[in-house]
Amino acid sequence: MDFGPYLLLALMEGTVMAAVLALTAVGLSLVFGVMRVVNVAHGEFFMLGAVVAWFVTHYMPGPPALAFAAALVICPLVVGGIAALSDTLILKRLNYDPEATIVATIGLSYIFQQAALTFYGPDARPVEAPFNLRLQLPWFGYSGYKIAVVLAAMLLLLAVWLLMTRTRAGLIMRATQLDRNTARAFGINVDKVYAGVFALGAGLAAVAAVLIVPIQQAHYLMGHDPLLLSFIVVIIGGLGSLRGTLLAAVIIGLSDGVISVFFSPTLAKILATLLVAMVLVFRPQGLFGAKP
Amino acid sequence: MLDLSAINAAYGNVQVLRGLSLTAKPGEVTCVMGRNGAGKTTMLRAIMGQVPVTAGSITLNGQPLHSLPAHEVPRHGIGYVPQGRRLFGELTVAQNIQIGLMTRQKGAKTRDAVLSLFPRLRERLSQRASTLSGGEQQMLAIARALCLEPSVLLLDEPTEGLQPSMITLIRDTLLTLKSTGVATILVEQRVDAVLSMADHIAFVTHGTVAETLQNTNLSSATPQFQKYVGV
Ligand SMILES: Nc1ncnc2c1ncn2[C@@H]1O[C@H](COP(=O)(O)OP(=O)(O)OP(=O)(O)O)[C@@H](O)[C@H]1O
Ligand SMILES: [Mg+2]
Repeated sequence: MDFGPYLLLALMEGTVMAAVLALTAVGLSLVFGVMRVVNVAHGEFFMLGAVVAWFVTHYMPGPPALAFAAALVICPLVVGGIAALSDTLILKRLNYDPEATIVATIGLSYIFQQAALTFYGPDARPVEAPFNLRLQLPWFGYSGYKIAVVLAAMLLLLAVWLLMTRTRAGLIMRATQLDRNTARAFGINVDKVYAGVFALGAGLAAVAAVLIVPIQQAHYLMGHDPLLLSFIVVIIGGLGSLRGTLLAAVIIGLSDGVISVFFSPTLAKILATLLVAMVLVFRPQGLFGAKP
Repeated sequence: MLDLSAINAAYGNVQVLRGLSLTAKPGEVTCVMGRNGAGKTTMLRAIMGQVPVTAGSITLNGQPLHSLPAHEVPRHGIGYVPQGRRLFGELTVAQNIQIGLMTRQKGAKTRDAVLSLFPRLRERLSQRASTLSGGEQQMLAIARALCLEPSVLLLDEPTEGLQPSMITLIRDTLLTLKSTGVATILVEQRVDAVLSMADHIAFVTHGTVAETLQNTNLSSATPQFQKYVGV
């Protein structure tokens, strides 16, 4: 293949990566922004989404497309429910102390991993894509499903943005983020908001995983990369800034795709981590975050 | 009627309020004075359920408030104007107002009534709260609390750092509210402001009300001002 088409292919792969990463990272960013909780278990919510998707598509009768559609709805609900429960049973009892919640979410991540290993097993298992469409470009064929993933992720991100900026629930979340005591003085049930935001963040990771699982199989250790990349994106974008998170996801996703195709995935991760280190040294508030 | 009866309150192990008692009656302004660190803000936060009350009781018309979770206190009609205003700075004026309205599910009627008290805010509805001037921010903080249609209004040093014209406006607003039967607790350090509004003055030292004066003998209160406030 010539350089031009090869670059196009790399960019398309990068776009798929960026879309899924943006969904996952926005979940992490939302939780940090509103609750000031660094959720180390975020990657495991992603993994649980993929594993639950395997169970749903494997056991649900009927056409694969229908089972997949069911997984898209069921997985974020199940994983969001697990997250809300973790919030109420554990994080709330720690009073959301920043250090204690880091330790607690590290613990949670091991619990989720081991639970997946026990009930799902050590194997990587594929989930069938809801449809098989090949898009024939002049230079190469491309998976129509991957393009659908990008569109779906964009729709979901738009929905999150509308939720945060145009709805009553979004207003309540933003008020809580800005000043939780004053929010309480205006009747906002901060405990409920926190449980909801933690569930929403986990649900976003889960739905990202459902989208990716026909491309990349479900495995109990698959949460590592999304966690690392989400942290990279959230730090580069500026902690708690949704717009920064989206932009950083595009930058990291595209460069990861391009560098992975031309060189190696490992080099892509090395460069991304280097970029984070530079950002932390020269612009600690993130590339797009407001000055503290 | 809001009644604080011998309350104790603490931040962790540090006890701040010690057997504090105070009453706020409908249509009356109870001013609270005391030096920095006396516990005035803590008292208001205790009423709002933001500081745990470890002894005594806080009741509204006989109903206990001190055992409620913090977010349920305002739903009983208690409007709070915190010290330093504590607006949601990144939200717009309209959104700050909306959060006030949501507290007790009030609608357009309440919104109009509140905004007609502060026409300046109506011109700035789409502006971010943090970009308002100090006086406008204080108007918004009061407006946000009035969106609850409160029967009890708690204000913590609302005139702090404001120009005289703004102080007059706030005083007139409070006197209007008083005439509609609102029970007001006003924490205030400015003697002139207190004298022009108060029905009672409670002097707080070391977390308790040391002395209370009625409106009839406010003008002879100079020794108390000196003793408890240092002016
Ligand atoms: N969040 C807190 N944690 C621990 N101690 C606190 C806290 N807030 C206030 N205090 C302490 O409680 C005491 C009373 O404080 P408070 O803010 O109620 O005083 P105040 O009368 O409102 O003073 P000011 O006139 O300065 O506003 C002070 O000694 C203060 O240091
Ligand atoms: Mg104070």
